Amino acid sequence: MNKGWLALALVACLAGCSSGVKLDQPPVEDKTGVEVTAGTGASPGAASGVTSVNLGKGGLDGVGPGGPSIVYFDFDSYVVKPEYQSVVENQAKYLRADTKRKAMLEGHTDERGGREYNLALGQRRSEAVAKALVLLGVSAGQVEAVSFGKEKPAVEGSGEEAWAKNRRVEVKYR
Amino acid sequence: MTFQLPDTSPIARRLFLLALTGGAVMPAAAQFRVEISGVGLTQIPVAIAGFRGEAQSPVKISAVIQADLERSGRFKLVDATGMALDESSRVDLPLWRQRGADALASGSVTRMSDGRFEVRFRLWDVVRGQDLGGQVYTVPAGDLRLVSHRSADFIYEKLTGERGVFSTRIAYVTKGGRQHTLWVADADGENAQVALASPEPIISPAWSPGGDQLAYVSFEARKPVVYIHEVATGRRRLLANFRGSNSAPAWSPDGRQIVLTLSRDGGSQLYVMDVNGGEPRRLTQSQGIDTEAAFSPDGRSIYFVSDRGGAPQVYRMPAGGGAAERVTFSGTYNISPAVSPDGRWLAYVTRVNGAFKLQVMELASGTVTAITDTTADESPSFAPNSRLIVYATQNQGREALMTTTLDGKIKARLAGQDGDIREPSWGPFPK
Repeated sequence: MNKGWLALALVACLAGCSSGVKLDQPPVEDKTGVEVTAGTGASPGAASGVTSVNLGKGGLDGVGPGGPSIVYFDFDSYVVKPEYQSVVENQAKYLRADTKRKAMLEGHTDERGGREYNLALGQRRSEAVAKALVLLGVSAGQVEAVSFGKEKPAVEGSGEEAWAKNRRVEVKYR
Repeated sequence: MTFQLPDTSPIARRLFLLALTGGAVMPAAAQFRVEISGVGLTQIPVAIAGFRGEAQSPVKISAVIQADLERSGRFKLVDATGMALDESSRVDLPLWRQRGADALASGSVTRMSDGRFEVRFRLWDVVRGQDLGGQVYTVPAGDLRLVSHRSADFIYEKLTGERGVFSTRIAYVTKGGRQHTLWVADADGENAQVALASPEPIISPAWSPGGDQLAYVSFEARKPVVYIHEVATGRRRLLANFRGSNSAPAWSPDGRQIVLTLSRDGGSQLYVMDVNGGEPRRLTQSQGIDTEAAFSPDGRSIYFVSDRGGAPQVYRMPAGGGAAERVTFSGTYNISPAVSPDGRWLAYVTRVNGAFKLQVMELASGTVTAITDTTADESPSFAPNSRLIVYATQNQGREALMTTTLDGKIKARLAGQDGDIREPSWGPFPK
């Protein structure tokens, strides 16, 4: 099975990657819980590394099955600007046409500020897009608004040019 | 004052200590140094002699102890190089008094026939001419660092009357390429071990009060989900994977509940959950963002960040929910609150002119002090004895984890991973 091999390969990779962790050290004799098992071998910790292999498979350059799928935002703003209204309308049309289709609305921020606070700010953006889609007749159950905060910038680097590309909501179909 | 450890110490090469000084410039050649500024800083002068047999030991025990004591900010190291001493030596007290030491520790390390090591040491009060006791450990080579930290804890406690934190642990996250890794390391940053490796981001690790589990946010399911991870076994379980985003877990001091941020009912709001799962109960009802909860050590209050007043500020409310009062008043962006385990201090990050700066507030008086001169400070977390804070920042263009005393006078860069390092969480005292 393909999946089995993939999982095996990842486990092997994890084992290899953690070679600097002194796994061959004798276990800690003092039982105060100092030993840390690395996420290797068949331990459940390793399974975590296996889950998200297909990141970004849906849509190249922000174009998904419903057409262009990225809405950009101004600094400190959650307003869907008029120039992105067509993106939202096309996505709404696509979702209305196939009510079994579900979309993840992934909110993002630029790199400035705290990680958790940015997560909440990105959530505000994705919820703004969700609201706009529902206003256009999409069933609320078809969309889930989530946030990545500043953790997954579209563009690395600092400065307004990079930041503007990172303040966004991506519509992803799974 | 400046102290330099011998260049031969492996610690010396990896641990970079610095302190806020009145504009003092450090020569680039200094790889390990402490600069102490300010008058009235009481530091105990202590000498840690090289342990007999240390040259044959995989860990240079006296160097680990010295680095621990120095990083704590409570001690001034008195030079003891070239002194051949061990735990059973007859100590030449006048000599050490003359060198300015108030206390002296020395010991030995011996490899035994079964491959384990025996570590012995003794501590003397040089001023009173008193033997303050000692310890003996028999451990495998892999635990030599641990017993060095335990020895430093013994010395710290005997000389300050407070518990040391050298044998505690710190969790943090690194990002290298597309790999995100959650690490658990000794409090000096050494001995780092992988707890979780993932192709997706990991944020907000938080130690359980028992020190055996970490709660954190993982994006492995392509959305933020809160897991609880048993560190010794690697066993983990989902705590919160509700519709929308799940983030910012905070343990109650009794370890039974977790307060976290959920968007399942729209907006980012605080909820409380049993640590074993179940139905979350909503704690806040605001139109704005409520996130980054932190319990007070008595478990009665929750500090959190809210933009209900228009900009993010730290608020406090009863742990069961209810009326919130604002805690931070200066500035328009105050986030990431952490309460000291003794309940006296609140550390948080403020934004000033685009710079992010670690602040410490004395809760009783409301007095706020900025304690860094860096501009990208993040994620403060208190040591369990409330004497140090670990935080992430950028230092000389590199990401770093730093520890600082609460007055900002002694700072240490933790040893460890190169590259993007962040999200430190200081674990509790070992049980």
